[in-house]
Amino acid sequence: MKRLSPLAREDRMTFWCFIAPWLIGFLLFGLGPILASIWLSFTNYSLFKPPEWVGLANYRELWRDPLILKSLGNTLFYVIFAVPLGTVGAMMLAILLNQKVKGIAIWRTIFYLPTIVSGVAMGVLWRWIFNPEIGLANTLLRPVLGWLGIADPQWLLDPALAKPAYVLMSLWGMGGGMIIFLAALQGIPEHLYEAAELDGAGPVRQFFVITIPMISPVILFSLTMGTIGSFQIFAQAYVMSGRGPDNATLFYVLYLFDQAFRYFRMGYGAAMAWVLFLIILGVTVIKFWLAKRWVYYEGEA
Amino acid sequence: MMRRVIIYGVLIGLACVMLLPFAWLLRSSLCDEAAVIQPLESWRDFIPPALHFENFARVFRSVPLMLYLRNTVFITALGIVGTLLSSSLCAYAFAFCRLPYRNAIFYCVIGTVMLPGVVTMIPTFILFRELGWIDTFKPLIVPAFFGSAFAIFLFRQFFLGLPVEVIEAARMDGATPLQTYWLIVLPMSRPVCVTVALFSFVGHWNDFMGPLIYLNSQEKWTLQLGLNSFRGEIVDQTNLLMACAVLILIPVVIAFFSLQRYFIRGANMSGLKG
Repeated sequence: MKRLSPLAREDRMTFWCFIAPWLIGFLLFGLGPILASIWLSFTNYSLFKPPEWVGLANYRELWRDPLILKSLGNTLFYVIFAVPLGTVGAMMLAILLNQKVKGIAIWRTIFYLPTIVSGVAMGVLWRWIFNPEIGLANTLLRPVLGWLGIADPQWLLDPALAKPAYVLMSLWGMGGGMIIFLAALQGIPEHLYEAAELDGAGPVRQFFVITIPMISPVILFSLTMGTIGSFQIFAQAYVMSGRGPDNATLFYVLYLFDQAFRYFRMGYGAAMAWVLFLIILGVTVIKFWLAKRWVYYEGEA
Repeated sequence: MMRRVIIYGVLIGLACVMLLPFAWLLRSSLCDEAAVIQPLESWRDFIPPALHFENFARVFRSVPLMLYLRNTVFITALGIVGTLLSSSLCAYAFAFCRLPYRNAIFYCVIGTVMLPGVVTMIPTFILFRELGWIDTFKPLIVPAFFGSAFAIFLFRQFFLGLPVEVIEAARMDGATPLQTYWLIVLPMSRPVCVTVALFSFVGHWNDFMGPLIYLNSQEKWTLQLGLNSFRGEIVDQTNLLMACAVLILIPVVIAFFSLQRYFIRGANMSGLKG
């Protein structure tokens, strides 16, 4: 074994002592629960009786439960529309703000403001906005739709429009992503654009060969965190429409919450959680694998 | 010139779209019961016929808001203290202790940000239940004392920008790491402390699923639970519901406006991970 200098030894001691809180926390509230939920997913556990081993029964039931597929479909719809639209929207907004506009702090504040609204308040507010008779959405749309001869959309009451309503609501929060994109855009060195200009590249070409590659790590970050968050949409759904018409807004975590904390089916809930974990993990891995082709990291060749 | 006009036009339009829900919230909270369910006929109707500021007082009479506020402040305050202490301590290790595999461990910490909370929810609930912590504030506070990956990240970034000579000097003078951390590094770290405290504040204040799972008796409820149950209790008093939502939003909005550069700094840095 290598002899360590006293300073290095002190460093090592300090290091482990200082990160001990995080390490213990990770074991207690991270790794431990993840492993425990594997075991739990093979049991029947109602909290009131000791867990009972049932093998793969939970997973078999999961496979047959029509509401699992329904809730997974609902959640996928939400993720597939809310995440890319939110990311592209945030990027466009940031590009707009990066055009040397005056009062950038004020604009930034306005666009960021919705992200500090709690899920419950958001649900309460947007349920009211989507009220078919008196809500803000139809109040604004009515003149246009009336002129086109289209009846008032029923939003959260209409199985076909309930999920799009959630996507619209989620776009209200794109200011969070915008801030990150803006920081990345401001970090692009000016000389890249000057060089491109000299080479005769127009603004469109500059956008695709300089701007996009330079902010591609942020695009990946935004897509990844957005996906993980959107797969777990809960508070808004719980407050805004619950399961919705014909279970149209029964999102996965909402159903999981019902199974675990309303019917006290902890084992089934754990199995559901594990399936979601694997799905999110799969999507993330695929995303990172694809990212190798389009994400550019400075410092690499 | 034309380009400028288009940019500002689009920005103003988008800003209006973003602010309109807030305006609608405020408008609804100031209407009386009749006006709030009156469909708008023209733009002028957006301003209610009369402004009923007493709606806010009425909310206090129908919901034990002060009680919820006290609970929320208690949870949030301890949550912030816990996050600040544990995360800064941990970040100190990642910034100043020289270890060969230090950065590898740091990336593991950052990686946990991607862990979906839903997976750990049920076993964690069972753990707290075995400890007899259900219907107490402990499950909402104690985890904060074990550090948060995002806060550790923010602290570490800041610490790496501090002058190393000062820390080395303290060390040469015989200060223990704990003394260096507490007497030298933390006092120099006010900006990042404010940033972390802000994000922690918003996180705890806005948390819904945690209180929903762990707090059963009404006298323990938080503001978010109170707003949610108020929604179920009243059917035709949307004005009061919106007033309640406004009241709950006010502290977060005030914190945001008074400390926004710290907010933006933290939000900016969250992208560096990418």
